[in-house]
This record gives sequence, structure tokens and C-alpha cells, in this order.
Amino acid sequence: MSVTVRLGSLKKGESGTIVSVEGTEIISRRLLEMGLLEGAQVDVLHESPFGKDPFAVRVRGALIALRRSDANLIEVKIK
Amino acid sequence: MRIALAGNPNSGKTSLFNAITGGRQKVGNYPGVTVERKEGKASTPSGLVLSILDLPGTYSLDSRTPDETITRDVILGRVTTEEAPTLLVAVADATNLERNLGLVLELKALKKPLVLALNMMDLAEKRGLVLDLNVLSRELGVPVVPTVAVKKEGIIELLSQVEKELKQGQYGQAVRDFQTEWVLPSPVDIRARFSEVDRVLSLSVKTAPKPSLWTDKIDRVVLHPVWGSVLLFLVLGLMFQAIFTWATVPQDWIKSGISFLGDTVRKLMPEGALRSLLVDGVITGVGSVLVFLPQILILFLFILLLEDSGYMARAAFLMDRLMGRVGLHGRAFIPLLSSYACAIPGIMSTRTIENRRDRLTTILIAPLTTCSARLPVYSLLIAAFIPNVTVLGPLKLQGAVMFGLYLAGIFAALFMAVVLRKTFFRGPKPSLLMELPTYKWPSLQSVFVGLLERSKIFIRRAGTVILSLSILLWFLASYPKPPASAVEPAIHYSYAGKTGHLIEPLLRPIGFNWRIAVALIPGFAAREVMVSSLATVYAVEKGERAEGSGGALGQVLAKDWSLATALSLLIWYVLACQCLSTLAVTRRETNSLRWPAFMLLYMTILAYGGSYITYHLALWAGLG
Repeated sequence: MSVTVRLGSLKKGESGTIVSVEGTEIISRRLLEMGLLEGAQVDVLHESPFGKDPFAVRVRGALIALRRSDANLIEVKIK
Repeated sequence: MRIALAGNPNSGKTSLFNAITGGRQKVGNYPGVTVERKEGKASTPSGLVLSILDLPGTYSLDSRTPDETITRDVILGRVTTEEAPTLLVAVADATNLERNLGLVLELKALKKPLVLALNMMDLAEKRGLVLDLNVLSRELGVPVVPTVAVKKEGIIELLSQVEKELKQGQYGQAVRDFQTEWVLPSPVDIRARFSEVDRVLSLSVKTAPKPSLWTDKIDRVVLHPVWGSVLLFLVLGLMFQAIFTWATVPQDWIKSGISFLGDTVRKLMPEGALRSLLVDGVITGVGSVLVFLPQILILFLFILLLEDSGYMARAAFLMDRLMGRVGLHGRAFIPLLSSYACAIPGIMSTRTIENRRDRLTTILIAPLTTCSARLPVYSLLIAAFIPNVTVLGPLKLQGAVMFGLYLAGIFAALFMAVVLRKTFFRGPKPSLLMELPTYKWPSLQSVFVGLLERSKIFIRRAGTVILSLSILLWFLASYPKPPASAVEPAIHYSYAGKTGHLIEPLLRPIGFNWRIAVALIPGFAAREVMVSSLATVYAVEKGERAEGSGGALGQVLAKDWSLATALSLLIWYVLACQCLSTLAVTRRETNSLRWPAFMLLYMTILAYGGSYITYHLALWAGLG
């Protein structure tokens, strides 16, 4: 059984599959270009020592750092 | 024939450029913007000479930073001073084709002749990549050449392929219709582009490369909640140690070289205006700036090593939350750190900040961090006025005051960041979105070439801006000549002296006398010049002045000024924008006169306010 949550709510060590990327065209274009695309698997690998924000995810072979507020524009499916 | 290299950041594009051109390159700027322009020459196996342009790294042609705009505009032939490239070499990191091929497809859509260099092929294969190059090339519709730029592998093959494409372009088709029109892709277009990447890769890749084991291992320490911060602290500590201690040896050589040169000219030339111009104006003026070359080179060595290895992005990641609290981007950390050596490289390194508001805020607060040019003045005043008593354990009062001045600078910078973000640069918090690249050994050639470029830029600046300012200031401080009956030092009768007297009433409320006012005028060009101009104003004989060590000048000052005046001047030095070069580089980086004017205005108000409060608090405390 799988649930859909915001990427920004994932903790270190958790993974999911991107379902949708929202946000204004400017932001979503940027997220998509960095490889945060529908269907891609994301693994949360690292968190900032201060308030666990920003965090770093592995997606499409790259390690991408982003703030949780931006990550909340992305919906992921988790098991 | 003009060839341009384009690729994602961290694709090894600059290493490839260095390998192709053999380090023979011309570095300059694009007109109107301070985006670095790198051009070099290479010849193909059959002797065709090519001009190679290294474009700034970008993830797509949709630009957000000045660097990315240049990349797009050069490729599209929109830069009027730049001949449009005949052929593009797309550089892709073979260890991360899933993302890198996105830009390749965008470039391909421009229908210009294109060759794809699959760089870092050795690393990709080590990590398990099994790839059919023929299928990749066929499905992409682009000739593909595997390269290992740092080992200079595949360079000849790449150049032959480029030559082949050029010949086809010339003879194969009589007229080639370059479509250089480009429309901003919609999110739908981007999704379609990456679907195409997936299709191509599913046909050509047999085994995908595994994530770098080393990078994961290193990151477990570097990005560890506790050890990551400790390590960052140690790296910064080492960097400061290097800037302020290792640099002193070559700095002393430069200093003695300059004074030897000055003395020689003094001996060889008859006394007169020309000798004075050469010795007191040119040699002293340019020399006072050249002394900072070792510090700036060490700073850049660290920055280049940290950047090339992949650590810098991690530092920005670790600092993002703290920087975010005052409304800054994590990347602002690097420019602010650089500003501890000198605000000029600091301001220049704000180019990586995308958002204009973030970038302007960072530029405007950069000169508040304590640059090394403030040190000679701090050392002089602290040695002269602060008793070196023990405060606590090994901590002495002089050291504590020095540390306090650094803290005051940080505090002022953060305070101004908050103020600017709440007034002029209101807006949503900047978003942080950046790649943390795979760690790799920095390429010695890249670091060396980078350092060489920086020294050239710095020396050129010393030879032009600083040289002309030194001549101007020498003139203002030397003319008109004192009358025969003069009792005061010559500077008293000069234009600089007159201006000092004129502005003295303005500075009296903050405890400055006319001599300080006079010394501030040349000190406005460059902070550290204040030390030598104070010596001039107080007519301290050359030779008995031991700069910054509480020597003759310090003793004279200690007799003449109250402690309140000295403290007020120290705070003035923390806050005031006494650096023409900073204003000049701000003008270039922002491409407007408004921001340097604003910088000068706000820093002067801040400095006056700070000094006023300090002076009056000190008087109230009985330190007058």
C-alpha cells in the first residue's frame, strides 16, 4: 500500500517516487531541470545540522540540495 | 573557426578546455558584464586552427545568472561583440548522463553543428557504466567522443571529430540553415526532453553507473550534523591561519622589494617633483596594494581547491540555514568569507547567486566584513592605545579588542542584511537549489591556471586604477607647496590639507581632529594607506617609524589623541567604506552607479553613527 506525501516531509533515510511537481512555472522549470521529474526515485541522504533544513536528495544520479519549502512543491509516493 | 564549449556545471568543461588549448588562453570579460570570458587556440590533427571559447556552466539555456545569460546569448549569436560559434561541443559528465543529456538535447534543438564529449569516462566505467557509444550517437543524432580531460585522453579524437563536422558543414551542404531561434521551454517541454533522454539511455546503456561510493563515505562525515560543522570550522580556521601567517613571509619580501626600489630611485634621481611622484606616489601607492597579493593568492588557492574538490557546495549547504535567518542564500557564505581577505574577490564571487535581490544584498554587505586592509590600522591603534594586560588565561586585552573588531564587522554585516531584506530588497526568501557534486581530486592544472588568472587581474588593477589614484592623491597631498615660512608639515598647506581643515567641523562630533581628517582623505582610496598618511601628517621621520608595532608613530598618536578618539576611529574603520576599488568593482558588477553610491552613502552614515555613539559613550565613561 502506498501513500502520497510532500517531499519536504521525508526524513533522512526515506525514499519515494515523484508523482507531481507543482509551483509557479519559474520554480517548477528549475526543479525539473535539476532532474526532479515525475517517475524519478528520490532518496533523502543528508540533512542540515540546523533544523534539518535544507536537505539533500539523490535523484537521477545526482545529489541535489534544496529547502524543504521548495521540496513541498513536489508530491511523492511512499510505501 | 569558432568553437564553443557548453555543459552542466561540474561536467569537467574547464578541464577539457585546458586540455584542448594546453593552457594557452586569453582571459577577459564580456563587455558590460563581469562574466569571465576564456578563449584559447587549438589545432586539429590536419592543422586547422580553431578558436575555442569556454562558456560558463549551465543546466539549461533558460538563464538566471549573468553567467548563464552569457552562455545562452553567445550560443544564439545575440552578443554583438562576439562572433557566433560555428560549432558547439557539448560536454557531459559520463557518470551522470540522466541529467547531463538534458542540456545536450536542448543544444541539439538549435540545429547547429554539435559534437558531444562524454567526459570523465574513466570514472564512469570504474563505477560500472556499460554503454554502447554507437547506439547513443545514433539515437541522439549527435557524434559522440569519450574523453578523460584530466588525463588528456580523447582530445585528439575530439578535435578530429570537430574537424569532420566542420568539413561536412562546409562541403556537405551548400547552405546550412542555422536555426538559432530559441523559445523558453515550458515545463511540458522539459518533461518531454527528459523522457527522450530516458528513451536514448534505455537503448544505449547496458549497466548504469553506481553512485560514487567515496562521495557517500566522505559526505557521511562532511555533512554529519556534528562532525560536518566541526570540519567546516577547522577548514575555515586553517584558511585564516594561512592567510594571516603563511602570507607574511612573501609579504615581507614584497615590502622590502618595494622599499629597496624606492630607496634606489631616491638615490639615483635628483630631488624634485618627478622623484617625489615616483617614490611617494607611484612606488608607495602601488606597493601598498601589491603587498596584499600573497594573501589574495592564498585565499584563491583555498577557494579553488575547495571549489574544484566539491567541498564548497557542502559548505554552502551547511551554512544555508544560518544565512537564511538574515535572508541570505547559502551561497552568500563564500563571498562573505572571501571578503575577510578582500572585498573585491568577495564581490566578484557573488556571481553564482541567482536571484538579483540576494546578490545585491550580499554585494552591499560584503565590505563590512573585516578585510585584511583594515589590519595595519587596527594593529597600529591597538598597539598604541590598548594596554596588553591579561584578561583571562592566555587571552590578552589587545587580542580581545582585535577579536571584538572582527565580531563588530560580522554583526554589522548581518544587521545590514536584515535591514536591506526588510526595506530595499523585500521579497520571498531565496530558494536554495543546487547540486552537491561528486568529490574529485582538484586538477593541478586548473588550479594553477586559475591562480595565474587571478594574479593577472589583481596586478592589472594595481597597475591601472591604483596607479592613477596614487598619482592623484600624491598631487593633492603635495600641491600647492608650503610657503618658505612654513611651520606645519607640508601636507598642511596642500589641497588635501585644506580639505581636511574644511571637513574637520563635520568630524569633530566624532572626536577626529584635522590631522585625522587629512589622513582620511588618502585613506579613502585604500584603507591601509591611512597608516602612511598619518605618518606624513604627524611628520614622523621615515626610518624611525615601525609600522603597526607601536613604534614612533604609535607613541606620537598615543600622546596626541584621547582613548575616546582612538576607539571612535577604530569603529569608523570597522564600518566606513574607505576603499575606492570596492566601489569600482561594485559599479562593474552591478553595471550601475546607483549601487556603489548607495553603498558609500549607507556605510558613511553607519560609520558616523557608530563612531558618534562610541565617542560619546567613551567620554561618558571618562576616557576623554
